[in-house]
Amino acid sequence: MSRFLVRRLLSAIPVLFGILIVTFVLARSIKGDPCTAILGERATKADCEAFTARNGLNESIPTQFIYYMGNMARGDLGQSFRSNRTVVDILVERLPVTIELAMTALVIAIIVGIPLGVLAAYRHNSFIDVFTMTGANVGISMPVFWLGLMLSYVFAVTLKDTPFALPPTGRLTAGLNPLPYYEVWGWVVDGQAPNPLWVFFGRFYVLNGLITGNMQLFGDALKHLILPAVTVGTIPLAIIARMTRSSLLESLNQDYIRTARSKGLAERHVLFTHGMRNALLPVVTIIGLNFGFLVAGAVLTETVFGLTGIGRTLFEAITSRDYAVVQGVTLVTAVAFVAINLLVDLFYGVLDPRIRLG
Amino acid sequence: MSSTPHEITPIKLSEDGLGARRSPLRDTTIRILHSRSAVVGLVMIVIMLIVAVGADFIATHDPIKPMFGVAGEVAPLPRKGPCVPWSGCTEPMHLMGLDQNARDVFSRVIYGSRLSLFVGVTVVAFSLSIGVMIGLIAGYAGGWIEDVLMRAMDVLLAFPSLLLSIAIVTIVGPGLQNALLAIGIVSIPVYARLTRASVISVKEMEYVTAGRALGAGAFRLMFINILPNVLTPLIVQATLGVGTAVIEAAALSFLGLGAQPPDPEWGQMLSEARSLVFSAPHLVFFPGIAITFTVLGFNLLGDGLRDALDPRMRGTH
Repeated sequence: MSRFLVRRLLSAIPVLFGILIVTFVLARSIKGDPCTAILGERATKADCEAFTARNGLNESIPTQFIYYMGNMARGDLGQSFRSNRTVVDILVERLPVTIELAMTALVIAIIVGIPLGVLAAYRHNSFIDVFTMTGANVGISMPVFWLGLMLSYVFAVTLKDTPFALPPTGRLTAGLNPLPYYEVWGWVVDGQAPNPLWVFFGRFYVLNGLITGNMQLFGDALKHLILPAVTVGTIPLAIIARMTRSSLLESLNQDYIRTARSKGLAERHVLFTHGMRNALLPVVTIIGLNFGFLVAGAVLTETVFGLTGIGRTLFEAITSRDYAVVQGVTLVTAVAFVAINLLVDLFYGVLDPRIRLG
Repeated sequence: MSSTPHEITPIKLSEDGLGARRSPLRDTTIRILHSRSAVVGLVMIVIMLIVAVGADFIATHDPIKPMFGVAGEVAPLPRKGPCVPWSGCTEPMHLMGLDQNARDVFSRVIYGSRLSLFVGVTVVAFSLSIGVMIGLIAGYAGGWIEDVLMRAMDVLLAFPSLLLSIAIVTIVGPGLQNALLAIGIVSIPVYARLTRASVISVKEMEYVTAGRALGAGAFRLMFINILPNVLTPLIVQATLGVGTAVIEAAALSFLGLGAQPPDPEWGQMLSEARSLVFSAPHLVFFPGIAITFTVLGFNLLGDGLRDALDPRMRGTH
């Protein structure tokens, strides 16, 4: 197992290096002079020279790349041009919004998608099967942003004044104060800046409301989360349902299932213990691969639902050429992508001995 | 569906006593026509093609010109809901209503099919040709060439595709053409990986060795001996790729990076109507349905082709 682990970890290194190069090149390909972008049009020549020297921009490109790698290694992702805050600060504030959204979406996709897939496979070619798979096909073909707009119309306008009405924008109802846990529990004295890690976790409103026992915050945050999470989760849900179905169908055709049936096992036992266990492998991979959909979905969904998460931040940073933010956010996303694929591979290795020994 | 029991075709004996020969092409066509999803998808695509080609005849109005001052139109024009004669509406017919600039939404949706199909086909043609080249070279050459090419593809795949295309569009500037380029570049790795994987399994086949023994050059081996034998998964992926390209182009346009106003592009129409969703939902509803219909058509056809062409998948879908 450890040899497999080391081999897999080593193979991620060239990819990570490539990601660093691509983000570096991307940032330097964005047109315009960084000096005028930061100091403004009226910056004097002397100001600009001082600025370029301070930021190492007068060095050769390879030297700049080495500096850049050094900064990355120290966890320094630079400073936003527009808001004058560090990129790490921005990530601490906004990453939780996206993680909360993506995790909720993934949970919805898994707890709805897998049972649907099992049902469709078990009742193969029945009405349920055809209906579920048609639904899954339509789900995959819908543009995420359109689904978001239609859902917000249905739940905020059509179902207004019914118990099913849901808020179409924002994370919380205006005026509700999301008092973070570290303040509730008195970890921070007035006027003292809290630990960034505490702030990071405090930005998960649903979690925060739950652990501090603030049910109003918990309920409100959850209500705001439902529509965006369903929107982001639809494509992964459809993909998971289809994958579960086809993979379970394949495993139900195997000889060991016939053996299990012929030795008189209960059908439920055959389906869940013998069938599902072997069918889950590809489903795990697919869940991991859905990360890309989650991120892309987050960019579009955050735009539709007015959430200030990482997706929207990145989109705004790209369009306003705030390249330190672009660089930082892209890097974090891509590294997360690689890490998730790595985890999926390792998990796969744990589940299937043939892979780790092969 | 392929899961139905295989029909037993009685072998017709011809005069000379040999079985009637069926060409592989005919066999494949029959298998495709037996797949329900392929047929449904094909029909949907044909409908879209007819709409796109015949847009000039199907559209009831000019897709770009506002309806202000047109005879019979009654104020207030902009954002007026659908008006259909058989629902008792006496004004000039607007099947899908008018948009914020008093343009006929139905005509815009109809003309939008041209742009979307163009987008899908162009993107796939671009990324398929480059991806296949990379995959062929990597799979055939092996060694360090393969390592360099495939690691580069891994890096491209490490970025969520929408983010990478947004970044590329930002560098080259917004617009439909640049959006196409961005989506095209982002989809190259899929084809490259697929081609390489098939090439590796095919290149040790005896007919390739035979070709080499007969003195065929690398170029001939790659394009004449290997390529035709790795086409199947590529055809399936390309079909699905058209749908993906349509959706991604719509997403870029929705973010304001693709098609620009007043082009009747579906994503662009959604982008313009976004803030009006609560007051004029018809402006959002119809373009989205059009996108879903088109993408669904290509997805169904792709799935059906996979069932019909890929023997390993038979019986599971």
